[in-house]
This record gives sequence, C-alpha cells and structure tokens, in this order.
Amino acid sequence: MSALKLAVVSAGLSTPSATRLLADRLAEATRARLAGDGREVTVEVVELRELAVPIANNLVTGFPGKELARAVETVTGADALIAVTPVFSASYSGLFKSFFDVLSAGESTALAGKPVIVGATGGTARHSLVLEHAMRPLFAYLRAVVLPTAVYAAAEDWGGTGDALTDTLPARIERAGGELAALLSARPAPVPATDDVPVVPFEQQLAALRPRQEVQRAP
Amino acid sequence: MQFGIFTIGDVTQDPTTGRTPTEHERIKAMTAMAVKAEEIGLDVFATGEHHNRPFVPSSPTTMLGWIAARTERLILSTATTLITTNDPVKIAEDFAMLQHLADGRVDLMLGRGNTGPVYPWFGQDIRQGIPLAVENYALLHKLWREDVVNWAGRFRTPLQEFTSTPRPLDGVPPFVWHGSIRSPEIAEQAAYYGDGFFANNIFWPKEHFQRLIGLYRQRYAHYGHGTEEQAMVGLGGQLFMRKNSQDAIREFRPYFDKAPVYGGGPSLEEFMDETPLSVGSPQEIIEKTLAFRESFGDYQRQLFLVDHAGLPLKTVLEQLDILGEEVLPVLRAEFAKNRPAGVPDGPTHEARVAEQLTQEVAE
Repeated sequence: MSALKLAVVSAGLSTPSATRLLADRLAEATRARLAGDGREVTVEVVELRELAVPIANNLVTGFPGKELARAVETVTGADALIAVTPVFSASYSGLFKSFFDVLSAGESTALAGKPVIVGATGGTARHSLVLEHAMRPLFAYLRAVVLPTAVYAAAEDWGGTGDALTDTLPARIERAGGELAALLSARPAPVPATDDVPVVPFEQQLAALRPRQEVQRAP
Repeated sequence: MQFGIFTIGDVTQDPTTGRTPTEHERIKAMTAMAVKAEEIGLDVFATGEHHNRPFVPSSPTTMLGWIAARTERLILSTATTLITTNDPVKIAEDFAMLQHLADGRVDLMLGRGNTGPVYPWFGQDIRQGIPLAVENYALLHKLWREDVVNWAGRFRTPLQEFTSTPRPLDGVPPFVWHGSIRSPEIAEQAAYYGDGFFANNIFWPKEHFQRLIGLYRQRYAHYGHGTEEQAMVGLGGQLFMRKNSQDAIREFRPYFDKAPVYGGGPSLEEFMDETPLSVGSPQEIIEKTLAFRESFGDYQRQLFLVDHAGLPLKTVLEQLDILGEEVLPVLRAEFAKNRPAGVPDGPTHEARVAEQLTQEVAE
C-alpha cells in the first residue's frame, strides 16, 4: 500500500515556535498510530513564515509564485492536514487565514472531504475557544472534515504532567492523532492524482441549457 | 502568423507626472494607437469592452468603425466582447455591420467579464457566467449561419422567424476567438466549434496557460477540425522597450509599481521572472516572445499590451516605433522558420472566403 501523505501547516512566527512544536507533536502522534496499523506516512511541513511575502503577492496578483504553488500542492495533494496557528486578536493569525484564502481562491473545493486536525497556541488558556469559534468554522466552510478533538496549547501546558487521568496536552494530542489515524485507516488507499484538466463535454454543457420540451423530443 | 496590439482602455494616472488623461483624451489615444499600428506594419488592433470606471471602451464597434475608415489593412478585433451580458442578437448585428464597413477586416474575441456588478447592471447573474457564454454563443453562431432563426433558450426571449441583418459579408461570419484566463469549459467550447482560443498570457505563469491550451488543442482534434497543431491559438503578451535594458527597467518601474493590477505586490524583476511580462532591450523582447512558441507550440496570433498603467500616448507611440522597426521584422522571420507546413496562418476574411469556396466546390 502506498504511503499516506500528511501535510502540516504551521503559522508560528518565532524560532523555535510553540506552534510548530504542537504541529510536530500532532503529526508524530498520527504517524505513530498509523504505523501501529501498518500504514506508512510521509509528513511534509509548510512553514507559513517563509511564505509571508509570496502569500501577500498572491493576494495582489491573483496567482501563486512557484514556491507558494508548491506549498499549495503539498496541502491540496495530501491525504490529511494538520493546521496550527498562534492566536492573534482572538482568532487565527492573518497570515494563516491568508494562506487558506489564496489556497481556496482558485478552487473552492480544494480541501473538500480532507480530514483536518486543527490546533492553536497562545499565552494563556483563556483563548482556547478560538478552536471552536474560528478554526472549526473556517474548515467547515471549506468542507473539510474537522476531527472532533481540536488541540490548544497554552504556555502552561508545556509543563503539564501528562497524567492520563486529567485531560492534559499529551492526552489531547494522542486523542487527536488517534482520531485522524482511525479515519485514515478506514479509508481506501488514495488514487494517484492526475494532471489532467477536468472537462465537461460540450454537448453536455449545451444539453443542460435546452428548454424542457426540446429535451423530451430528443430520442 | 499575425501580430498586433490589444488595449484594455483604462484611464489611469501617470504616476511619474500625476496627470490623469480625460476620457476624451484616452479614447483618442486608443484610436491613434490603432492608426499607428497599421503604419508600423502590425496586423491586428483589438480593444476591450468595459462598463465600469476607470475604463472607457463601452462601445467597441463604434470605435472599430472609426478605425476601419482610417485604415486599409488592419484587422479590427476585440479583447474581449462580453458574451455574457450583451444580447447575442445585437452582437450578431453589430459585428456583421462592422464587417461590411471594414470590407471583412473584422474578427472578435469573446470573454465572460469578471466584474461582478456588470452582470446585474445588465440583468444577468455572474454565477451563470459559463451557461450564459454557452447559450449566448450557440445563438450567435446560429444567427450568422442561418437566414431564418427559430430559437428558444434559458436566458433570452425566444425568436420566431428572425433574420439578423446585415448578413455576414460574403456569407462568411467573422472569425471568433474564445478568451479565458481559467476555465477549461471555454477551451472546450472553442474546440467544439473549431474556433480560436486566446490565452491572455499576461498576469499568470505560463504553466497555467499550457494546461488550458493543451486541453484546447487536444479537444480541437477530438472534434475533427484538424490536428492538434492546426488548432487556432492566440496569445497575449506585455512589453516595454528601450535601446538599453536598464533604461527600459528604470522607466517602466514606476508604472509597474503603481499599476492597478499588480502594484504593491511582487517586484518588477520577480514578476518578469514568473510571467510573460517583457521589459528590456528589443533583443530581450524578441527572445522572450520567441520562447512562447517553445511553451505553447506554433500559433497564429500574438497580441501585445503596450499602453496601460498610465503610460502616456507619446511613450506608447515610441514603443510602437521600436516594435515596428526592430522587433516585428525579426519576429516575423523567426516565427516563419521551421514552421510546419500544416500549421495555419492567422485567420483573415479572404482566406476564409476562399476556404468556403473550396468546400462548396468539393461538395
């Protein structure tokens, strides 16, 4: 069976970044679970910080530069996505939103049906509902399949004990990774993408417009 | 192979002087460019159609009629005529009239238009863009080929016993190009009818247009109009030239940086690297244009955008002088080299009349 492709989008800005750290932990949890089921996974990470200027340029020109086009392909071509943003002004960061704006501008169904773990990071746990009030609606709008467990990491969580009896960060990461792995395991092996431009035969386009009585007369 | 210029007709402030031309000045500048195009040996002048500021050309056949009276050889075309919001009956009549006045020197490029409010202003819905283009063109195609038309469709009042007048000159309708920036449905439409397909090729990377043109060529052959190499392809391009490359870049940069389409985005250098925009010496322009053939195959028509973003008429006319003297002769010679025998020339009325006669004799 061919390896599953997992795309990881991190909108963290600092190096090292807590956002990237959470994204990597989620990817690893998913990979480990799938490995347990005998499924191989390749992980590709898209760091939005490196694409900040190309993303702004795409907003202005309407097309992605080469580097950004590759990142968009990584995400749209993956079997699943892990998307993590820092919380800015009570929501995802503008850079994070802009990436998904340009990604879905050309093709509004770019993420339709794709399983997604959403994650966010912030200084305090008071922002954690960003996941439910901003991230989940964004991906629901894009018709992605957002997994039930969304993972928020506040600064204090990085010092948590990992005690499974309390719902700590490691437990939430494990649960989210497990949900994604279970969903991917249940899916049939991915069909390799083709580069063909889809086309509806012209007769079909014309026929769809014919007035009803004419359609009935047709043999 | 035909060469020409196309204009969007934007009224834009010249960022180097702060001066904005009046609508009257801009309209006269467009016609001056067209007359100049013939003088320097270009084959085609095409105007856009817009119904919103800052654009002036709302009435292309009026403008092209004026140009027809002042030129002898120039083919008058559009880039594009809105097939979605214009009544196809009026397009049939207007362009047939223009074709008679211009003794056949007319073709047109159909496009959908991408300005949201224009659709409701003309009683249409942008979400129906593709179906409008499909139905309206099917009717236009019929009106030019059948003397008496009985027709009913979804978007327009039905026609009973209608004849579009005048009939096309010599019974041969104007050649039609279908222009599209992103829709495979339009490439499919062009292929179905055996019409031309025009890729504006300005703002986007070539890989994007290679996919659309590849699809068009493949479907053209599928519908039995000829081989993939015989499909009728037109390309846009955008250039700015000076004798020295550095002078061209220095002079064009303020226009690029403030241009309504890409201003505030990538640098001129990045944009030149990723799109067909050519700014430099005549030799650089020649090389970049010749490379289009490598990307898209031998093609029939090359149109250049030379006049947007507030460039003053004087500069545009200088550009046309350089184009005519230093670039065009080389492009003609180079594009003719190794052009396979089966690849058609750009469409002309005379050639299409001759083709029709041959077909009638054969039948």
